[in-house]
Parts: sequence; C-alpha cells; structure tokens
Amino acid sequence: MDGAASSTPGANVHKRVVITVNSKPALPSFVRLHHDKARDRWVILVPERVLVPDETAVEIVQMCDGVKTVRDLVDELAKKYNADRALITVDVLAMLQDLADKSFLEDKGATP
Amino acid sequence: MNEITRIGPADGVAALEGAIAPERPALPLAVLAEITHRCPLQCPYCSNPVELERSNAELSTDEWKRVISELAGLGVLQFHFSGGEPTARRDLVELVAHASKAGLYTNLITSAVLLDEKKLAALKEAGLNHVQISFQDSDERIANRVAGYKDAHRKKLAVAGMVRAAGLPLTVNAVVHRQNLHHLPEMIQMSIELGAARMEVAHVQYYGWALKNRAQLMPTVEQLDEATRVVEEARERLHGTIVIDYVIPDYYARRPKKCMGGWGRQFFNISPSGKILPCHAAESITTLRFDSVRDHAIEWIWNESEALNKYRGTSWMPKPCQGCEMAEIDWGGCRCQAFALTGDAGNTDPACELSPRHQEIFQMAKAESEADERRFLYRNFAGGTWEKIDDPVA
Repeated sequence: MDGAASSTPGANVHKRVVITVNSKPALPSFVRLHHDKARDRWVILVPERVLVPDETAVEIVQMCDGVKTVRDLVDELAKKYNADRALITVDVLAMLQDLADKSFLEDKGATP
Repeated sequence: MNEITRIGPADGVAALEGAIAPERPALPLAVLAEITHRCPLQCPYCSNPVELERSNAELSTDEWKRVISELAGLGVLQFHFSGGEPTARRDLVELVAHASKAGLYTNLITSAVLLDEKKLAALKEAGLNHVQISFQDSDERIANRVAGYKDAHRKKLAVAGMVRAAGLPLTVNAVVHRQNLHHLPEMIQMSIELGAARMEVAHVQYYGWALKNRAQLMPTVEQLDEATRVVEEARERLHGTIVIDYVIPDYYARRPKKCMGGWGRQFFNISPSGKILPCHAAESITTLRFDSVRDHAIEWIWNESEALNKYRGTSWMPKPCQGCEMAEIDWGGCRCQAFALTGDAGNTDPACELSPRHQEIFQMAKAESEADERRFLYRNFAGGTWEKIDDPVA
C-alpha cells in the first residue's frame, strides 16, 4: 500500500471481539451510557450515532464493568427475573456481540 | 433486546425516527457546526458554499459558547466540529471543553493537516470523544493533487496514527469519484491498517464546488457498479472489524436519496457566521434567506424560520411527488439538487425517475463521465483556481 501508516503494519488493526460467557465486557472510553434528561430515557452515545436501548439492554450495559464475566451477568439476571439461564444466555450474548461488532464493546478478559 | 440495533441514521448523523409530526419535528439529537470556512486544503468537491464566509464574519468564541450551551439546554446530545477546517480556529480546544462540560458528545471532522501530538493531547484533555479524518485517496500523488496541498497525505497518515495512539476512536472519510475510484479496495485496506473502526465511503454529492467540478468527478456507470460491489464484499468480509457507511451518487439512481432525512426534519448545521441551515449545501438555493443565531433563539429558528418551513413535510410538493407512496419515505429527495438542475428548489428532484428531467440528467452524467475531463477547479476564497496542468501540486 502507498504510504504505509506505521512501522509495524497491522499493529493498529481492530480485531473482531468475540463475546463468550467468559468475556468481561466493558464500554470503551468513547462509548457513553447517558441519561437524556430532556427526553427522560437512557441513550448510548457513540460516534455519529445515538442508540436507544430498551430497559433490559440498559440494565445489561450498566453491568458491563470489565470485571464481571458474561456468566456472572447471566447469573444475576436469572436470579433477579427467576428465568431460564439458557434463554438469557442466548439473548445477552446476541446483544453484546452486536455491540462488539460495531466496536462499541470491549472484552477486558481477552488476552491482548 | 435487539431494539438497540435498529437505530441507524440514513445520513450519517444521528437522529430519531418515530412519532414526530412531520410539519413540526423535534430538535435534532446531533448538530453539525461549520465553525470556519478557512481550510488549507482546496478539494474540488468541498461541501462548503461557493460563496465562502470570511473569518471576520465568523461567530466569536463567546458566541459559539452561547450556541453550544443553548443546544445542550434544548436536548441536543452530540456536537460535530466541522468546517472548513475546524482546527484553523485557535479557540477549538476551548470550545470542545465547553461542549464537553455541557454534557455533549463531541466529534472533530478534520483534514488533520494542522494537527500534531500536542494539539491532539489538548483536545483529548478537553474531552473530545471522536475524530474523523478525510482522505483523498490511498495513493499519495493523487491524494495530494485532489487536496491541492503538498504533503497532505503523509500528514494525514501520521495524524491518524496519533489519534489511535491517544486512544481516540477514528473514522476515515473517503470521498470517491471518477479520478480515485480505482483505488477503493486500497482505501478500505488503508482504513483498516490505520485502526479505524468506521469508514465512510462517500460518493461526491454535486452541489457548490462539486457542481463546478462535476465533469471532472462524475463516475462512470461501470465504476459505480464496481464500487458498490467492492463495498458490499468488504462489509461481509470485514464484519466486526470495520463498519463501512456508503453514500451513493444519485444521478444514476432510480429514486432520490432521503436527503438529510427530509428538509428540516432531523438535521441542521450552523454556518461560520451562525446561520441555521437544513443542510450543508442549502445556501446554494439563492432564493432562500436563512436566519442567524445572532438574531434569534435557536428553538425559534428551528420552529418558525421561513426557510426551514418552506420544504418541510409534504404540502409543498409538486406532482408527481404529491400523493406519491414514497413522499414520506424520501421526502421528495434533495432541494439543492432540484434547484441546481432545474432552477426551482420546489421541483421534483431530477434524481427520481418520475421527474420529467430524469433521463436528461442521467444522460448528462454518463456523457460527462465518458468525456473524462480531468482538470480541477480548486476551492478557495478567490472563487476558485484552475489546476495548473504543467505544474501539478504533487
């Protein structure tokens, strides 16, 4: 490529983050969960977008502290809602993977 | 739970769809501020008006701060610092800090050539959330020639690296046209290697400076088809690595684009002197007069300004738009394009195949692209300067 960007080509490249039950999800610094006072609802502020998560999504994103694993999240939700773990796992993984694919979620548990 | 995925603005600027009355829409969630028209680059497709605003007409630091506070108070969530080149203003760090303190999510849309590590660190410290850098090509020679600026490309690559090193997210904006489309795969690869999480592949939109350079920029039909194929293939291959937003040129389309999500519905930008505009190009419609934040409250302008109400909703529409099943989907396409190509902003956008002018526009674009005129008219305050063929910039 003309004018290669860095001395170590590919060093900067985003790797796809794959979310598993062992992942420790967290919002990157540029993704902000924000309470929109004017409209009294939660939004997620990201580059060029405003995401409007539903209540469940807000609850899950609030739990993403980079310390808890997805398994921990599912345990908490299963207990709180007295619901089936397997079903919750599928939903939570799908939602988090979707955020990760837009680069709006990191896995603090992943080896660099 | 997957509600979260459904928000996707059509025009690269956040706004909410939903239960809003078309004639009286809520204020946008994101506002784009062209804080200056000054720019060291001279790109022939610049989205600024041909009549550029001089620096002595620009809003002062205090005026921009007042505007920013007013917007935050009205519920605006994101603020895009754009231009011209926003880093040409010495008070940029102060304005970013002010916006950040007001709770706004801030984005810098820049050519990057005036930035360095020190300035980036100051912007980050001020609370800047995101940086978008424009690239003119992946090939240095063509990139510098399009920008009309020596060494632009090398500087952009260096600053992009600094942005990532500072931990800021990067979007690469690649404006594509007949003279660089053959490098689209390389531009995508360049964006990946720069660590961009997002890329905009934007075909030139033909207003203002770009309209003056239309014959030099218009892609061929074959190039457009190939570009669309390349983007679709890359999106699939790079899912999760980079998000690619794609803006197509509508001279070759069958239906017009949903320009700005509809006139005065989801978006406004603010000109350097404080005019509230429904889109970047709106001042090309010389029959309209736009109100300024110097004279009125922003909320009043959004709701009451004659120019913003002129093409809102559907009641202004001529036939065949009136009663068309697409009327509230594409909102009649683009008013600037209707004005540029037919002389009346209230006409049907000729990009629509139902316009009586559609075939003529299509044939004109095709003929211009095949004639392959290459010499640019560069954008500047002098009303434009022709490229010197014997003395290329790069």
